[in-house]
Amino acid sequence: MNLHQSRYLTNRVALALSLSAMAFGIFWLMWILWTVLDLGIAGLSLDLFTKMTPPPGAKEAGGLANAIAGSAIMVGLATAIGTPIGILSGVYLAEYGQSTWLGNVTRFINDVLLSAPSIVIGLFIYAVYVAQVGGFSGWAGVIALALIVIPVVVRTTENMLILVPNSLREAVYALGARKWEVILKVTIRASKAGIITGILLAVARIAGETAPLLFTSLSNQFWSLNLNEPMANLPVTIFKFAMSPFTDWQQLAWAGVFLITLGVLAINVAARVLFQEKR
Amino acid sequence: MNAVAEEIAAPPLVTEVAFRNFNFYYGKFHALKNINLEIFRRQVTAFIGPSGCGKSTLLRTINRMYDLYPEQRAEGELILGGKDILSRGTDIYDLRAKVGMVFQKPTPFPMSIYDNIAFGVRLHEKMGRGEMDERVEWALKKAALWGEVKDKLGQSGMSLSGGQQQRLCIARGIAVKPQVLLLDEPTSALDPISTLKIEELITDLADDFTIVIVTHNMQQAARVSDYTAYMYLGDLVEFGETDRIFLKPTRKETEDYITGRFG
Amino acid sequence: MSMTADSMPGMAMGEEGGKMAVMPPNKPVKAVSSSLGDTIFFNITRAFALIALLMLAGIIVSLVYAAWPSIQKYGLPFVWTSDWNPPAEKFGALIPIYGTIVTSIIALVIAVPVSFGIALFLTELSPAWLRRPLGTAIELLAGIPSIVYGMWGLLVFAPIFSKYIQPPLGATLGNLPLVGKLFAGPPIGIGLLCAGIILAIMIIPFIASVMRDVFEVTPAMLKESAYGVGATTWEVVWNVVLPYTKVGALGGVMLGLGRALGETMAVTFVIGNTNFLNSASLFEPGNSITSALANEFGEASPGLHTAALIELGLILFVITFVVLAFSKLLLMRLAKGEGSKS
Repeated sequence: MNLHQSRYLTNRVALALSLSAMAFGIFWLMWILWTVLDLGIAGLSLDLFTKMTPPPGAKEAGGLANAIAGSAIMVGLATAIGTPIGILSGVYLAEYGQSTWLGNVTRFINDVLLSAPSIVIGLFIYAVYVAQVGGFSGWAGVIALALIVIPVVVRTTENMLILVPNSLREAVYALGARKWEVILKVTIRASKAGIITGILLAVARIAGETAPLLFTSLSNQFWSLNLNEPMANLPVTIFKFAMSPFTDWQQLAWAGVFLITLGVLAINVAARVLFQEKR
Repeated sequence: MNAVAEEIAAPPLVTEVAFRNFNFYYGKFHALKNINLEIFRRQVTAFIGPSGCGKSTLLRTINRMYDLYPEQRAEGELILGGKDILSRGTDIYDLRAKVGMVFQKPTPFPMSIYDNIAFGVRLHEKMGRGEMDERVEWALKKAALWGEVKDKLGQSGMSLSGGQQQRLCIARGIAVKPQVLLLDEPTSALDPISTLKIEELITDLADDFTIVIVTHNMQQAARVSDYTAYMYLGDLVEFGETDRIFLKPTRKETEDYITGRFG
Repeated sequence: MSMTADSMPGMAMGEEGGKMAVMPPNKPVKAVSSSLGDTIFFNITRAFALIALLMLAGIIVSLVYAAWPSIQKYGLPFVWTSDWNPPAEKFGALIPIYGTIVTSIIALVIAVPVSFGIALFLTELSPAWLRRPLGTAIELLAGIPSIVYGMWGLLVFAPIFSKYIQPPLGATLGNLPLVGKLFAGPPIGIGLLCAGIILAIMIIPFIASVMRDVFEVTPAMLKESAYGVGATTWEVVWNVVLPYTKVGALGGVMLGLGRALGETMAVTFVIGNTNFLNSASLFEPGNSITSALANEFGEASPGLHTAALIELGLILFVITFVVLAFSKLLLMRLAKGEGSKS
């Protein structure tokens, strides 16, 4: 075999391997999605949204109503708290902290926190809030989730603000605007779609977070909207039910996983469409 | 081109902007060297020269746009309305209300056409809705855009064509009623027809405003300006009435540049 | 004169409207002159920017404080002691630390080559019409909550794994010298190997999309000149793209490692949750830091048990922080060198 042939053979083998890697990756992911769809849809019923989670040994199958409500409340509040903090912090990084010491350090730490283990965030809130003041409560869960929202929003806000062309900023300055007017009235408006995309991604991220809720909001078998008590939520309920030996609990868990997956994918797609439209 | 009008009316020339021993630095790089130049009220002054000669830099000192960048600084005197605007006490926001600017590419703000115009006015003046409506209409008429947009003032400024966007930016600049209007290659991103419209507009605007324009295009300078400054490598090589600069340049470098032998 | 004015930072915008060689598209903008509104706004945003720092400091201080009884009692040997016996108040972190590291290594061994192949496919091989949908699919899958992977692993994958994959693995690799020990023992499905595989499936989308972004940084002209001298696709990737982007690609791998180390749900479901390790086999059930926390924390009695668990969390945070910081540094170096997107 001459050099020419061996080079071409190597190329073919490498490309074939690359193709199989793609197929390998897609295979697992399709399999997982298929299972979730298949078993999830089988578990869907109206009871899911109207009945409470069943107690151990219950005759009735029950539903996930309290867990769905609890998740919606906690995710909503966490987003409402984390978003403004994240946006202001992102504004600092993009508009003031480009090359300052504080800006660089903050940017670095923010990016590390972005991927930090979420279970540690749960431990942190346990140590400073649950153990010290409140006990397990919905609020503790909200704070833990908000701390996960912040780095996501900071990152996207900064990225989006940086995309705003400098010529636009100069055009505003040229009218005699002050810096805060430039930022609040024009720069942020110009990157609105991008910032909303970031918020959506943050919501998608916390909607399925289980680990930080284990030691904060805990779970609650009953309907409760009181944020000062332990609060039911989908991920922890799924965890409990999937690990249980009862088939009807496992079926509820599949239905829950289906809802979360569907919701997260829908939010992700919406975020993409929004961002694309803007460009 | 305004020569005829000038000969008839011959109003006395008033200095609006004056550079005295003016130097400018990007960090250590000496970008403008000892510039002495007077810009006259309600005349169009063009800065021409090859890329990198400092013409845009010079323009951007008049509203102190360079202040946005920490490593840039100016030395010498820059007189506007009898005051040195380089001095410490200058309120640069007020300065920028007096000196409007239009950029190379249209920069409509992400808001409606109406708000694009009203934006700058609101920064400096408090006025009622009716008065603001009048001001917006006035500015759009001045910028020869009113007829095209009067039925869609609520639409986004981004929805206009490139030439319309640039006239919107001019309208935005003059709505604040500045004394001086800076145009930084305002037609470089436009098609020939839009360019022609902007050039006509510049001539009309000179009745009310002092206009300084930077351009790559020598024909444009010849068409629209009353005075021309030729710059090269940070030096002001030659300055004078446009007709004279183009017909009888005194310096060899100027002649080489405008006859296209170089640049 | 070597530098023209147009190439200087912050100079009048070039034709690109601000995309200049020297100047980042964004200023540093200095405060021009004092205005009350500006001062207030600046200080508000700066105060919120400090939250990231406060969070980091808060996490470290509070975890050290809460873990203090355990740190004080067991000291450094905590890390290499394997006894974990809550009733007897004996705590050593070796088994969970071992489980965390081993599952992450398994995950990387599987995920890195696969992700590289996927990134290669997406940047160089895929027909143009498939590139976007496949790329988007990979990114979407990175967003699926880990609890989905975990639950699927426990209820769907583990039974199939114990029935169809573990026996042949044991019959082949299990007979090799040295390596064989890793694949010995009864095929029970859940265990370290199973957890590692589920982790791998979970981090493939992360690593693949970072690698793809990184590969795309390579200037088209550079690749074209390699193709121009007659190089094959593989030779261009191996000799031009990879050397050009290796720092960033490694950053992507470290990012995946950080995710794997800190992942809770994908592991907890399938690792088996036992604090005893009888042999070196990867078929054995075990425990990871995160699964120990997820399973025991709720029932732990206040005092030493809780403190020991929090110390585990602290160790995890320190390890992942170092890994992620390293990853970030690598990606930053690439971005700085090549002016890439982040």
